[in-house]
Amino acid sequence: MADLSFPLLTATAAVPAVGAIATAAVPAAKRTAAKWLALLCSLATLGLALVIAFRFRPGAKEPFQLTESHAWIRDFGVRYDLGVDGIAVALIALTALLIPFVILAGWHDADPLEGATPNHRWRPTQGFFALILAVEAMVVISFEATDVFLFYIFFEAMLIPMYFLIGGFGDRAGPHGEEQAATQRSYAAVKFLLYNLVGGLIMLAAVIGLYAVTAHQLGAGTFSLQQIVEARASGQLTLGTGTERLLFLGFFFAFAVKAPLWPLHTWLPNAMGEATSPVAVLITAVVDKVGTFAMLRFCLQLFPAASSWATPVILVLALISIVYGALLAVGQRDIKRLIAYASISHFGFIILGIFAMTSQGQGGATLYMVNHGISTAALMLVAGFLISRRGSRLIADYGGVQKVAPVLAGTFLVGGLATLSLPGLAPFISEFLVLVGTFSRYPAIGVIATFGIVLAALYVLVLYQRTMTGPVKAEVGGMHDLKVRELVVVAPLIALLLFLGVYPKPLTDIVNPAVGHTLSVVDKKDPKPTVQVNAVPGHGRPGQAVRDQDVEAAK
Amino acid sequence: MSSVASVHSLWTVAAGAPDRIPAPRIEYAQLSPTLIVLGAAVVGIVIEAFLPRRSRYYAQLLLSVVSLAAAFAAVIGLAAGGFGSSKAHLAAMGAIAVDGPALFLQGTILLVSLIAVFTFAERRLDPAAHGNRVDSFAAQPAAVPGGTAEQAAVKAGFTTTEVFPILLFAVGGMLIFPAANDLLTLFIALEVFSLPLYILCALARRQRLLSQESAVKYFLLGAFSSAFLLFGVALLYGYAGTVTYAGIAEVVSDGAKQIDPALAGTMGNDALLLIGGALLLMGLLFKVGAVPFHMWTPDVYQGAPTPVTGFMAAATKVAAFGALLRLLYVVLPGMRWDWRPVMWGVAIITMLGGAIIAITQTDIKRLLAYSSIAHAGFILAGVIAASRDGISSVLFYLAAYSFVTLGAFAVVTLVRDAGGEATHLSKWAGLGRRSPLVAAVFAVFLLAFAGIPLTSGFAGKFAVFKAAAESGAGWLVVVGVISSAIAAFFYIRVIVLMFFSEPKTDGPTVAVPSALTSTAIAVGVAATLVLGLAPQYFLDLAGQAGVFIR
Repeated sequence: MADLSFPLLTATAAVPAVGAIATAAVPAAKRTAAKWLALLCSLATLGLALVIAFRFRPGAKEPFQLTESHAWIRDFGVRYDLGVDGIAVALIALTALLIPFVILAGWHDADPLEGATPNHRWRPTQGFFALILAVEAMVVISFEATDVFLFYIFFEAMLIPMYFLIGGFGDRAGPHGEEQAATQRSYAAVKFLLYNLVGGLIMLAAVIGLYAVTAHQLGAGTFSLQQIVEARASGQLTLGTGTERLLFLGFFFAFAVKAPLWPLHTWLPNAMGEATSPVAVLITAVVDKVGTFAMLRFCLQLFPAASSWATPVILVLALISIVYGALLAVGQRDIKRLIAYASISHFGFIILGIFAMTSQGQGGATLYMVNHGISTAALMLVAGFLISRRGSRLIADYGGVQKVAPVLAGTFLVGGLATLSLPGLAPFISEFLVLVGTFSRYPAIGVIATFGIVLAALYVLVLYQRTMTGPVKAEVGGMHDLKVRELVVVAPLIALLLFLGVYPKPLTDIVNPAVGHTLSVVDKKDPKPTVQVNAVPGHGRPGQAVRDQDVEAAK
Repeated sequence: MSSVASVHSLWTVAAGAPDRIPAPRIEYAQLSPTLIVLGAAVVGIVIEAFLPRRSRYYAQLLLSVVSLAAAFAAVIGLAAGGFGSSKAHLAAMGAIAVDGPALFLQGTILLVSLIAVFTFAERRLDPAAHGNRVDSFAAQPAAVPGGTAEQAAVKAGFTTTEVFPILLFAVGGMLIFPAANDLLTLFIALEVFSLPLYILCALARRQRLLSQESAVKYFLLGAFSSAFLLFGVALLYGYAGTVTYAGIAEVVSDGAKQIDPALAGTMGNDALLLIGGALLLMGLLFKVGAVPFHMWTPDVYQGAPTPVTGFMAAATKVAAFGALLRLLYVVLPGMRWDWRPVMWGVAIITMLGGAIIAITQTDIKRLLAYSSIAHAGFILAGVIAASRDGISSVLFYLAAYSFVTLGAFAVVTLVRDAGGEATHLSKWAGLGRRSPLVAAVFAVFLLAFAGIPLTSGFAGKFAVFKAAAESGAGWLVVVGVISSAIAAFFYIRVIVLMFFSEPKTDGPTVAVPSALTSTAIAVGVAATLVLGLAPQYFLDLAGQAGVFIR
């Protein structure tokens, strides 16, 4: 292991944290300086995340690399333990990659309203960007934490800046004026916070329970993931079946709220609908990933037996998420809520892949987390640009945009096609792997999940058709096309979608060994194919067989 | 026949006693924290009598600050001298314990009181009358509310300074309360700190009727609870033949060995023990503010002058929980299987009751009152653990909670409109827009109350729940977590109100405080963050202090 005296992981979280404080401290009049400062900090974080990715050696033996370990709260058995596996590296890279785009896309979202009386104490712009950086810092550190308690602290604490981002800043596009929009925003923010706080507090009970168990059996309570996993493997620590199941449920509940899994999803459409689109991206592409990531890292590794026990129910819930989310997305009239329901459907796929307990499934789920992050960011940010032009979120208010703003319409289409997992774009491979992985163990569930793809085609294409094609509506007529800043946001995301769609190897190389390790902890092996493997693609869409070979080749 | 004999022996014992009464031996150095504070209180009374009016304020302020700081230094000195651990023992002929929990709690009470003195002395918030800066206390407390004498006193800008010695007396009583090692000392300490508090509650400058009503309520209910406590003391004496903690504990665990002839009919009678113990607990749970003995809390918290509320909410709770811990851990450990189920019930209804009723509150002070009830429930969860971890977690929680509370009430004194403090929640709408700093500070306190990670509230809550879980009270932890979620709702509601609502045009203004209140708030924020981010040192302190001397 490349032993570094430089604490790389801490630095990656510290840069945005310090940046947040510095941004918040910029005087009221220097708004633009605050924006540039925030952007620079996020770019510096991206640089550090890339350093992590290059320093990380995929095939290494130890489960966590670049580790840092310091004493923190001895009485609680808590250590400041950081370390990354391939999954964490991929997700840190995703987070660090998306934040600069989020900041750029939200460049004017927190500017004071025109004609507002200047108030030197109230600095919403500085606050907006500082909060985004604070969320980034907390998300990064929760991806890095290998101490359950340390993870829990930031998992919970990130709710507070998120809450202010949702409740404090709207896209000023409500149909009934600012006052009602503010009421709805504050409702969405409170709903977001309460759902996640309840989930987190139930997890707290499980965290305390975990401490009590380890303290009782190991002599000293510990929260170290590695230590607990090793103690369980060596038989030093044995959890009673009932205890393990209760603890698992406590952890899983919190992550299922965060992810979100049906029926705990109802906060997401509100939050994404009312927040500005960069914040919506932050919610769905970054913060929610902590939930699915934690299922892989904590639920499966800490409680393998209970995970297997709960798998059937979780698979069914994931299946319901997929179909229910997609069906509701078809019926939405609000663009942002449509994308939110689509995300619920996609999170269903991710959870399905995780709990299919096959290497394709989990590898696919991890890829899915990254790809969904990029594709949703692309779609949501373009949707945000669209909404800011017309001042409405309703699909019915648009029509014929592609004649007026062809570049906007084109990028929107690419984002949409990525969302429906068109072959050639990144999400396709991950969705395919998830379905293959699920099918090899649970054929029936794999088949039903495939309907999610069909519905995805429906809601994306219908959305595109209603907003972009057809006669040009009067209010849409004067719409101008994407500006340079907006192009800078969208173009790299689309390029990345294409690149990872054709050549996912860099990502799979990093992710696969970590998935293998997780599976070995859970003590699951891939089932032997009872059907010829090359017969599997027939259950997908036509054309998948070709891609299948590509995937195999890529691996 | 037997009763005649016992009466006879009573006579002979009484007659033969004089040469056997030992000369009292008082370890003055070990009692110095209490003695310094009570001595300063007496000096304060003398100052009131002899110093000219204009120099009293500064003299009293100086005296209070110096005496509390000196007493705190004495506590530190005692702890450094090993009285918290190896040299812990019973002083003043067994009446006062000098041990870890006592010193830790005394230190906490003294620090809290020191900060409370700052808020008591604040004279910049109310508009000055006739060039006289005035504080939160009645211009002329003896005047009838609304009467001409009072109006004249208010117009003239009278201020009084009796509050400082009264506060010191209360602090003195609170210092003895958690250290009391026999039931009579416990009762006397209770009265010594309660009576000054009743007076302090009645001293609000504005809304004097409300303030006096709260004082009367507090006094009447407090008198009831004192009576319960005293009755419990009498019954326990009948049961054990002694009022010392160690003596009672011995009888509880081993049965009565030497039957006092005068108490032959009652000693060792379990009915007396159970009823006496229950009455005693009632008296203490009243002071703690646990459901169903909480009725006074919201009214008194609302009516009392806000600096007094802050002081009461923080310091009284520390003292009362200290006494409760000592009673349960030293006197009644042998009855653990009797009191634990009862305390389970009390803890559960306290946590849930406080949290649920708080949701409907519309006054910030009442809201904080119900929140303090819910917090009492969380602390009780640690008390129930009946382990060393339980003690230290409760000590830590008390320290963490009292600074948050004091800071929160100090912020409440700043938000004012024409009628004084604007405590109705609707007036706090949009405060975040108008004074982001004050609102942000208050939000930090609210998040700490809600137990959000990285604040002291989370560390404390985790400590008590951990202790409870380790002692097998897993379901209590689950209830605690659920009521935390309920409680989070109303803390968050206040944050929503401050930050996401449009400010009202006739809303309150935020007064600019002097350095005194600013210091109090700054200390509160600092303690909240330090105890949240790096609690290890303080957990160690509480851990070392977690052993009672018997």
